[in-house]
Order: sequence, then C-alpha cells, then structure tokens
Amino acid sequence: MSIVQESITAKPKKRRINRTPYLLILPGIGWLFIFFLFPLSTLLATSLQKPAGISPDDGYLPAFKVSNYSSALAEYYPQFFRAFLYSGIATVICLLLAYPIAYYMAFRARKYRNLMLVLIVAPFFASFLLRTNAWKTILSGDGLVVSVLNSINLLPQDRILNTSLAVVAGLTYNFLPFMILPLYTSLEKIDPRLIEAAGDLYSPPSQRFWKVVWPLSLPGVISGTLLTFIPASGDYINAELLGSIKDKMIGNVIQSQFIDLRDYPTASALSFTFMAVILVMVYLYIRKSGTDNLV
Amino acid sequence: MNKEEKLQDIPAEIRPFLTRRRVLQAGAIGGAAAVAAACGAGGSTNDGSAPAAETVDKSETDKKVVWSNWPLYMPVDENTKAYTELDAFTAETGIAVEYLEDYNDNNEFYAKQKPLLDKGEPLGRDIVSPTDWMAALWIKNGFALELDQANIPNIANLNDAYKNPSWDPGRKFSLPWQSGFAGMGWNKAKLKAALGTDKLTSMDQFFDPKLKGQVVVLSELRDTIPLILSWQGNDPTQFGDAEFQQAIDYLQTKVDDGHIQAFTGNEYATALENGDVIAVIGWSGDLGQLGPDFSFDLPETGGSIFVDQMLIPAGAEHKANAEKLMNYFYDPAVAARVAAYVQYISPVKGAAEELMKTDPALAENPLIFPPDELLKRAYSAMTFTSEQAAKYNDAWAKLIGN
Repeated sequence: MSIVQESITAKPKKRRINRTPYLLILPGIGWLFIFFLFPLSTLLATSLQKPAGISPDDGYLPAFKVSNYSSALAEYYPQFFRAFLYSGIATVICLLLAYPIAYYMAFRARKYRNLMLVLIVAPFFASFLLRTNAWKTILSGDGLVVSVLNSINLLPQDRILNTSLAVVAGLTYNFLPFMILPLYTSLEKIDPRLIEAAGDLYSPPSQRFWKVVWPLSLPGVISGTLLTFIPASGDYINAELLGSIKDKMIGNVIQSQFIDLRDYPTASALSFTFMAVILVMVYLYIRKSGTDNLV
Repeated sequence: MNKEEKLQDIPAEIRPFLTRRRVLQAGAIGGAAAVAAACGAGGSTNDGSAPAAETVDKSETDKKVVWSNWPLYMPVDENTKAYTELDAFTAETGIAVEYLEDYNDNNEFYAKQKPLLDKGEPLGRDIVSPTDWMAALWIKNGFALELDQANIPNIANLNDAYKNPSWDPGRKFSLPWQSGFAGMGWNKAKLKAALGTDKLTSMDQFFDPKLKGQVVVLSELRDTIPLILSWQGNDPTQFGDAEFQQAIDYLQTKVDDGHIQAFTGNEYATALENGDVIAVIGWSGDLGQLGPDFSFDLPETGGSIFVDQMLIPAGAEHKANAEKLMNYFYDPAVAARVAAYVQYISPVKGAAEELMKTDPALAENPLIFPPDELLKRAYSAMTFTSEQAAKYNDAWAKLIGN
C-alpha cells in the first residue's frame, strides 16, 4: 500500500493522457460485451416472449409479456426461498469452519502452510459432479456415517441422503475452499506484531481477537461470504443429487424449464429475477460492510 | 443460455444465409443470434417443415460412423473395456465406430439438438437412440433420414410385432435397438425384513406404509404413469385429462407424506445397491444387471414397455455406414450376444434360438424373451397430442419438484 502511494506522489511528470490502460482493458470489455451483455439481452428478450402455439415445438414469438415474471414467481417462490435459505446456512457454517483453519494457516502452520494450501485446493482436481456423487455413497443407508450415527442414536431421521441436511452439507463441503482462501489471504496480511502489541497493553486474548484480528480480516470475510453465497444459491447439483423432491432449489427449476419443458420464457424470467435478487442482496451487503478494503 | 439455444432464436429468413455462408465461427454465430434477438427479432417459430439437410453422404471416403446411445447399452469386455461387438463390426467392414454414451434423457437430448436440427446443421452423429415416443416426434418434425433398406438386408429379421408402429409404418425411418419393461424392482432381503415377503406383486404393496421413505420412482413420465393408471383401473393406452389428473393426485399425496423418497433416472440402481431404498419403479435390464439379490416384476395390474430406436438424424454425414451398422446388429447371433449382456428384450427374430445354444438359462429369462402373458400386462406409452404433451409434462415437472 505504502509503496503504491509513494510511487504516485513521486511521479509528478507531465500530464499527458496515457492510452495504454484503455487499450489494455479493451479485450476485457469486449469479452464482457460479447459473452455477458449480449446473452443477457437475449435472456431479457426471451423472458418476455409468448408461446406461438400449444407445444414448445411451435416455438416462441417476440412479445412484451411481463406476466411471465409474476406467474413464474407465484409458482416458484418456495424454491427461491429455499435456495437462499440453504445457501445462507451453508455460508454461515462455511465461515465457522473456515475461520479457524485460515487462522491456523496464517499464524501457526509455518512449514505445513503450503501443504495445507495444497490439500485445500486438491479437491478441485476432481470434478464437482464426481465429488458430489461421492457424497451419495458416503451418506448412503448402508454407509459408515449413517450406521455409526444410528448406533449412538444421534440420527434425527432414519436417513441422511435425500434430506435438506444432505443438501446443506453438500453445499458446505463444495464451497468451503472458496471461504478459506480469501480468509487466509487477508489474515496472512495481518502483522503479528499488532497482536503482540495488544497483548503488551494487557488486552486479553478474546479482546485481541475481536478488536484486532477480526476487524482486519473483514475484507476476507466479505469476499469469502460472497464467493460462497452467490454460487451456492444458484447451485442445482447438490439439491439434485443429495436432496429429496422437497429440497429442490431455484437452479433445479431453471434447468428443468430450459431442458425438460423447453419453456424458455419462464426459465429466462426466473434466471433474470434470480440475478436481480442476488444483485440487490450483494449491493446492500457491500454497502453495509464497505468495499474500500475488499481484497 | 448456451450457444445452441441462442441459435434457435435466429429468424427463419436469415437461417439459410447463415448456413450457406459459414463465414462466422460458432461463437460469432452466437453473437449474431444475440444481435438478432436484441434487435427485437428474437422469436422463433417452427414453420412446420424443417429444412431438408442437403448433406453429402461421405460414407465411401470417410470410413466411420458416430452413434449416440444410452449408457450401459452395449457389450463391454470386462478386461479390456473394449466394445467387443463394435470392434467386430470394424474388423468386418473397415468402418470405425465412434460410440458415445451421451444419450441420457430423451427430453434433454432433443432440447440440445433441436436448434441444430431446425437450422439443418449436422449433429455430428449418424445414429441417435430416442425412445419410441420421442422417435415419433423426430420423424414427425422431419428430423430423421429415410433408411435405404437395400443396405439393411437383415431387416427381414425384425420381429413382426415391431414392423408397423403407428408413427413409422413399414419402418421407413427407424429400427428398434432394444426394448424393456418399466416395473417394480426391489432388494429381496430388505423387502423381506420390511414386508415379510421377498416378492412384490402389486402396487398396493409398493405403496404399503411400511415402505414409507424407502421407494424411488422413475422420473420419466411415460414410464411411470402407466403403472399408476392401470392400477387405478384406467387404460394407460387411452386416457384423458381426468384419468391423468387422478394418477398425478395420488402420486402427489405419496410425495407429500414422504412415501416417495425421490424421482430419478438411472441413479436408482446405485440407491438400491447402497441400501438407500428397498423398492423402485425401474427398468428391467438394470435390475437384471444388478444380480441375484435383486428382483424385478411387472405389477399384476400392469407395467410399461418401451422400445429404444435407432434413427439417422437429418444432416448425418455417414448414412450408408450407419445403415451397415444397423444391419450388423440385426444378425441373430450378434443380437443374442447383445441381449445376453444388456439383459433387455431383443427385437431380432432368431436371437432366442441363438442364445439357447450358448446360454439356455438366459434364453428362458422372461424379461429378455417375454412370454405373451407378460407382454399382455405391458403397456406402451400413449401417443400424446402436443396439447396433452405440454400439459402433462408441466404437471409432471411440478410433481417431481421442478
């Protein structure tokens, strides 16, 4: 930080408009334009179309059918609610699990730090789908987890697979690294001498944590929760593979509307609404917590 | 929305322009479609007649054929993991087979390929394997090429029962690959522990409260619904909205009270093996492949029968090769080996006799060579009007939680 400031103040050269930065962001802007803005506008146009006939084979006609939105929402608000509920719970659990791990890696792990980093990233070498499918076996009725929990009477229901518990557990597992890594980077930046100084001033450990470490790690907490919550709420693999009929999330509905029913307007309306809701939530969250020192 | 879906948004007037002058790469076509859509032209209607694909058959010069089939539907050598029959075909004809197990779901495959078919673009596949009702839709929409039966002399071995389906009389466009039942499958030991018997014979047993939360049902509407309809005393081959609604309402109560754990495709086999469920509505061949701890039967009130087809999609570049491949699998000896492995019903005459020579026990398996008594209880899905299809698919999707 300080280096950057120095270099800025130390360079009062002649003021000339430098084109290089603009040229450098051009590919990025172009990419976003073609692969984000265009598809998004098609999505918007599609979400307002009306069916040309009875069957999806007849296709859809351009229209301005806003009722696509209201009818889709009226029909599928439970799945919306469930998506945010499950991913919200998973995000909180992820934070609780990830913080101690990241803390340990940043301050205590020393020579094991790199090993731990590798271990945290290692699951990414197997496909997301495969890992989630593996949970099916782990949580299965004859599997170890269920039989152990059953033998000590700790199982609330008679099964884990195809329950909301399994969906939340799957989401937590799959998105945990996205929480650990940003937390680790912001914790690792903290100068340990600050904590020592707090100790020298007779600050008890809990106060040292809440007054020094936690505030300084907030950027990591914010980016970690965003990186977990946003993809988790749109996820449909976990609900599809680990959940029952009553655990379906909005992603499942969108995929089924697109692929099984070919009801493109409803699917697009749902996607669009979902994006808008996420955008508003993220905006409020960031406004409340501030973006200044977001990593 | 992916590229293919956007392609469908290209208005009919500019489609020929795009196909004839392929100046744009695939990605750019997506962009062009987006422009078209953004300009407010983003509607698509089926003009009824799909553009006839004017693809030249490259069979003579390019000795290959590409086949999209369902998973676990072709004999595999346990040691080498090679497709023995496809290798034998290549050895015999010099035509290499690219075999894709990417046909997982009738609706999904159709939804993904339709934008290409609408435009008359080749799918990169020479044989696809839709189930009968879906094959009917392909043929109706002009997405299948007419077979040159001169290339398929073995068509004479087609079982009489399959010769004239209503949607393809005379088998001009399609040939059956394998056929099978959808009925009840169960874990014998677990069923005995729960119900005191190791045999399921009726849907009443299937919905016995003792099995609550321990059953899984096929997510394929046309496979599951005949079991419920016939059990409720309705005719699965001829029913209306009221009868359909009655079946859906009943299933809904079973979803609400937690009796049905999930609706799945092939995954129910894993759930059975892992002990997650006791009984399923599943496919006969899968249960056959699971081994002696599991069993399969049609409910006494009736189950369903499906026939998966081989079609040559419009735009196929190796049509003659595809026909030769079909011909190869209509040889009774080959058909017998396939049936012995996949444990589904072979549509080929003489396969039973061939199998009798090599594996008599299997040749007497009623699920592979079904007796008339069993066939009488097996209903094939009624052909829906497009109005019915839209309405029923929608109701079904809601039932299964989507």
